[in-house]
Amino acid sequence: MPVAEPVDPNVMDVETKPSLPVGDDRAGSGSEDIGGEVEGSPSAASEAHPEVVLRSLDTLWFQVAGTVCNLACTHCFVSSSPTNRTHEFMTLQQVQSFLDEAAGLGVKEYYFTGGEAFLNPEMEAILEATLRVGPASVLTNGLLLDRQRCERLKALAEGAEYSLDIRISLDGYDAESNDAIRGPGTFDRVLEALSLLAEVELNPVLTVTEVYRELASHEGKERFFELLRGLGLTKPRLKVLPIFQIGAEAERSNAYQSWQRLREGDLPDTEWDHLQCSSCRMVTEKGVWVCPILVNEPQARMGERLADTLEPFPLDHPACWTCHAYGVSCRT
Amino acid sequence: MADSMDHKTFRRLTTEDDAFVREYRQRLTAHRGMATLGEKLVPLEEFRRAAASSGRALTEGQREEAASRFLAGPADSTPVEGPFERIAVFGGVYNNHFALEALLEDAARRGAETIYCLGDLGGFGPHPEKVRPLLAQGEVQVIQGNYEESLASGREDCNCGYTDPRDNHFAEISYRYTESRCSAEFKAWMGALPLRRRVRLGDRELLLVHGSPRRINEFLFHSSSPAPFLEAMLQQNRCDAILCTHTGLQWHRQLSGGDAINVGVIGRPANDGATHVWYSMLSAGRNRLEVELLPLEYDFEALAREMVREELPAEFVETIQTGWWTTCLEILPPNERAVSRF
Repeated sequence: MPVAEPVDPNVMDVETKPSLPVGDDRAGSGSEDIGGEVEGSPSAASEAHPEVVLRSLDTLWFQVAGTVCNLACTHCFVSSSPTNRTHEFMTLQQVQSFLDEAAGLGVKEYYFTGGEAFLNPEMEAILEATLRVGPASVLTNGLLLDRQRCERLKALAEGAEYSLDIRISLDGYDAESNDAIRGPGTFDRVLEALSLLAEVELNPVLTVTEVYRELASHEGKERFFELLRGLGLTKPRLKVLPIFQIGAEAERSNAYQSWQRLREGDLPDTEWDHLQCSSCRMVTEKGVWVCPILVNEPQARMGERLADTLEPFPLDHPACWTCHAYGVSCRT
Repeated sequence: MADSMDHKTFRRLTTEDDAFVREYRQRLTAHRGMATLGEKLVPLEEFRRAAASSGRALTEGQREEAASRFLAGPADSTPVEGPFERIAVFGGVYNNHFALEALLEDAARRGAETIYCLGDLGGFGPHPEKVRPLLAQGEVQVIQGNYEESLASGREDCNCGYTDPRDNHFAEISYRYTESRCSAEFKAWMGALPLRRRVRLGDRELLLVHGSPRRINEFLFHSSSPAPFLEAMLQQNRCDAILCTHTGLQWHRQLSGGDAINVGVIGRPANDGATHVWYSMLSAGRNRLEVELLPLEYDFEALAREMVREELPAEFVETIQTGWWTTCLEILPPNERAVSRF
């Protein structure tokens, strides 16, 4: 079966960014550009950008595994990999101190991501602590979900008053298309994890990134539903996310173009609720960031504690344009 | 936008390509000692320094101040009704005039002084206009749901808040049916309904809303509305209890600062395999608010027959006859979905 055509997110793109020669050694010392020139990078901004007001703190994200992952997906907007220590693991104690602060601010739901969340040795204890104060969702690539872990997660979910949600990533309905994004052998392993979850009667949300344009179509969604039903998940659930042209993805497809920026007046009043940054923050071991997307941008770090980050934030990054144009929410 | 997205071809990488495998292997080790700063690889220390110098670090006192400023709710001049000792509250009629008739009898029998409806009169069931005389007869005090807001403002859809295309397909059938059978005068009446009410029950003040105090179509489910979140909501709205509907599933959470109650809906069963529907009775208790979530039997077979005659979707009729939801399932949080049949 042929590999599907990747999406070109640059709707009005006129230039093709030259791709890097394959196989060059990028692990050298010093500053090295891995994505080619980013047109319209934040420093090039001169015009006024709209500011987003934090209306309520509903969703708190934790980069609980930092940028450490057992995969190195070609579309990863935080460029996670086994050797990426940009953000480190968070400890249970660190997470707990933010859970305490979050409760006082009326947080509604908690999300955990990485890297690969289950690489964090305290992940299950962290979920247990979180489920005492609110619903928790964990984003995983599924590789570390063996039978024992699935059974423990099931026990956790059953013992909790609040919902536990597990989101598993897959980027194609066959090994050929998925593995070209996520790495050799991942398709089969994810299917195995999904079957195990079905066996313990946990119903995960399959999370698909729109790396190929038909994945998000009605037919594309139906194919995923069929795949899940075939694995014994009789109430299939799916979340489709657009791609962010930053991190590894900037190299896979294209970096943002200079026109892909929000300008003052771009956002109608009715849209603020749809922008996740109007109701979320992201915690990493390095502090609190405006949203889950921009953790590799130092200027998106807003403070040390949640209370430091309740102020408005300028939407001056090109990725903000994606959230606006696609109405993205990373929430399930 | 989607139509213009494929005018350029990227390199295709498949796992059959040696180049891909080589590149992927290299990606696994590319970050040794390095961090990603934007799209650049920089030494870890450089990223750490850049991150540390960004953002604020307030003092503990400033943090407390910032948090309390953040949590200060907007002023609310909604007049307070009452006081009462016992009220009945329900939501989501969904054109189910049979259940509404049963409710008026049941609430009177149980001694409710006043009856409140939290909105969503239309959708799902048959003959929207049959609901209105019953509301008048029972002197029901109504607030707007997203359905009333949409019908009164001429919206194209019900603004139910679904994302699944199948859910939206059925929501659209519902909305079109109700929209085309409501008189302009009925719609104008809906548009004049208040969006919230404040009611005194004994010495407590209750805030009545459709979805949540901040959004008409926010879903407040039991397993996704944690206590600290609801406590903050009570505090922001300066009330002793919040009463809402919109999700179709009733629950009550007792909090240190008061109560949060989803009063349920009388339009369709609560996805539990039983044909009855739910409403709530609230009484001014001595030390606490007394909350009863009450099942309500009605002639569901008569409703099902009317729905069939009106050629409403078989999926809707099935829900009325079996008590299991067949649509709008995607919005359910995992715990609520786990006990669902579909």
